[in-house]
Amino acid sequence: MATVELHNVSKTFGTGKTSVQAVDSIDLTIPDGSFVVLLGPTGAGKTTTLRLIAGLETADKGDICVAGESVVSATPAQRNVAMVFQQYSLYPHLSVKDNLAFPLKSPILRMAKADITKRINEVAAVLQITDKLNNKATELSGGEMQRVSIGRALVRSPSIFLMDEPLSSLDAKLRSELRLELKHLQANLGATFLYVTHDQIEAMTMATHVGVLDEGKLVQFGTPREIYENPVSQYVASRLGLPRINIVPIDSISSDIDASNFKDNAPHGVTTVGLRPENIIVNNPGETPHFSALVKRIEPLGDQTRLHLSIADQVIVTLVEPHSGLVTGDSVKVSLRKPLFFNALGERVS
Amino acid sequence: MSYSITDPSKRQKRVAAFLVIAYAMITLVPLLWVFMTGFKTPPDSISYPPKIFSEPSLEGYVNLFTTRTRVTPERLAELPPPENFAQEIVRNRDMVIAGKSKYGARFLNSVIIGFGSTFLSIFLGTLAAYAFSRFKIPLKDDLLFFILSTRMMPPIAVAIPIFLMYRKIGLSDTHLGMILLYTAVNISLAVWLLKGFIDEIPREYEEAALIDGYTRFQAFYKVVLPQAATGIASTAIFCLIFAWNEYAFAVLLTTGTAQTAPPFIPTIIGVGGLDWPAMAAGATLFLLPVLVFTVLLRKHLLRGITFGAVRK
Repeated sequence: MATVELHNVSKTFGTGKTSVQAVDSIDLTIPDGSFVVLLGPTGAGKTTTLRLIAGLETADKGDICVAGESVVSATPAQRNVAMVFQQYSLYPHLSVKDNLAFPLKSPILRMAKADITKRINEVAAVLQITDKLNNKATELSGGEMQRVSIGRALVRSPSIFLMDEPLSSLDAKLRSELRLELKHLQANLGATFLYVTHDQIEAMTMATHVGVLDEGKLVQFGTPREIYENPVSQYVASRLGLPRINIVPIDSISSDIDASNFKDNAPHGVTTVGLRPENIIVNNPGETPHFSALVKRIEPLGDQTRLHLSIADQVIVTLVEPHSGLVTGDSVKVSLRKPLFFNALGERVS
Repeated sequence: MSYSITDPSKRQKRVAAFLVIAYAMITLVPLLWVFMTGFKTPPDSISYPPKIFSEPSLEGYVNLFTTRTRVTPERLAELPPPENFAQEIVRNRDMVIAGKSKYGARFLNSVIIGFGSTFLSIFLGTLAAYAFSRFKIPLKDDLLFFILSTRMMPPIAVAIPIFLMYRKIGLSDTHLGMILLYTAVNISLAVWLLKGFIDEIPREYEEAALIDGYTRFQAFYKVVLPQAATGIASTAIFCLIFAWNEYAFAVLLTTGTAQTAPPFIPTIIGVGGLDWPAMAAGATLFLLPVLVFTVLLRKHLLRGITFGAVRK
C-alpha cells in the first residue's frame, strides 16, 4: 500500500477544434490507507484520472507518484496497481480460478503454483466464491462476476486499488451488499482505494475522502461530511444529497412574515440560495418562520414523506414525517436552517 | 400448450423442413453422382441410359493410384496368381500394374500449399487486423481500402504478369510460390474478416491484462487470441476452401513438382477413353480434407457467419 500523488496532471483527447480537455491540472493526494471517491457526472474526467494512474493513458503534463516515486514513464504492469472495471471485467475464456490466477502468473510476479493456489483460496474465502472456482467466467451472475473481478485485484498486493464504477451495472440490492463488503475489505486490509462513481450513496457511505470533479478540474476535496455541509460551489452542493438540494433565486424568498430579515442577513452578492431538504422546516412552533408556502404535491415514501412547496414561482422539496396530516393546497409556515449562499457564478458566499 | 408469437407453427416448420431438404438434395446430387461414379466400373460409368445403381467396384480407386500396362493374354497367363485385390482388378482388364500414379504426390502438394497458405494468411491477417483494430495508424482507412481493392478484380486478370514475374524470379512451379500467391489473394479477406471480429472484443480485457502485469504482446496472445478463436476458425475455413479449390492459377503456374490436385485430376486419362471412375475417385478423396476441416470447425463457422448480427 502506498500514497499516490498527482501533481498538476492534464490530459487532452483529440486535437484542434474537436479536442476535449478530459483532465485539467489536477492536484490530488490519496493518503495511504484511505478510501478516496471521485465524484462527478459523465465526462467530468473521473475515469480518465483513474486510467492515468493505471498507466492506460499517458498524461500530457504533470507528474504521478506512487510511494514517492514518479511512475509516468512506467508501463501499467510496472506500476503495481490493480483495477476493477465497470464491466467486461473477467476473461471470458478462463475459469474463475484461472481468472484469479492470471495476475499471479504474470511475468512480473511468476508466483509458484502452490502459492497461487493458496492465495486464490484465501481470496475466494473472503469473497465467498469458493464454490464457484471451477465455473467458467461466463457462467456467473452479475454480482458473482464483479466479486471475482474484485478478487482478481485482491490476489496481489498492489500499491493502490483503482475501481471504475464497479457496482454500477448491478441491481440495487446487490449494490448495497457489495458496497458494505468493499468498505469492510478496504478497512480490514488497510488498502488504498481510488473509487470512481457518480452514485452519491457510494460516495457518502464508503469514502474517507471525496474529490468532486467538474469538467476535468478537481473542485473540492475533503471528507464526505465536509463536502456535504460545506460545499465550495453550487455544483458541488448538488452532487450530494437525496432529494437533491433546492437551489432557488434569493428573490423568490421575498414574500410575507420574516422575509426581509432573511434576505437582509444574506451576504452581499448572493443571487441563489441552496437549501437541503432536511433544513427546510415546516410548521415548527419552536422556530421563527421565514415565510409561508403552499403545499403543491405530496409524495409518501413510507418512512418519510416528500413535500413539494411552492414559493413565488419556485418549487422546493422538503421532508416531513409521514403522519403530518398535510394535504395538497395547505398553507404552511416555513423556517430555514443552514442556508448555503451562492453568487452569480455559482460560487459559495459566506 | 405454450404459445409464442415468434414460434413457427407446426405447418410452417414442416414447410421449412421440406424446403431445406429439397435444397440440400439439389445441391447434393452432383456430389452424390461423383461419389457413386467413383465406385462404378468404367463401362458402367459411361453406359447409356445411365445406370444409377450398379455393382460397386474399387476399379476407379485402383486406377487412380496406379499406372498400368496392357499385356497379351499369353503373358497374363504366365504370371503368378495376383497378390491382392488391386492386381486382380487390373488383370481382369488384361493389364498389369506398372507403378504408382502421381495422384498421391499431387494430393500432398495440395495439402502443403492449401494449409500453408491458410496458416500464413491467418498469421499475417490476425496481426494486421489487430493493429488496424487497436492502433492509430496514419491513413488507416486508405490502407484498409487498398487491401480490399486487391479483391476488386478477378485474380486471374493478373495471371499473365504473375506468370512472367514468377518465371523470372524462379517461383514458377514451387510450393513457396503457390503459398505466397494464395496468401496474397486471401489476406485481404482475412484482414477484413478478422478486424471485424477483433473490433468486437472489448479493449477492457487487454487493459485488464496490461494492469495484471502482462506486456502488450502477451495480452494479445493470452487474452485476444483465445477470444478471436471463433473468427480465426471461420476465416481459416474460407481461406482453405479458396486455396484448396483454386484451379486457374494452379493450371498456369504449376506443371510438376508443385502441381496441386485440381489441375491433375482432369488429366487422369485411361487407356482407350476417359477413365471417369478414376477421376471421380480422385475428386471424392480430394473433397475429404476440406470436409473434415469444416466439420471440425463447423460450430465456429456458423457462429462466424452470424457474428455481429445480434448484439449480446
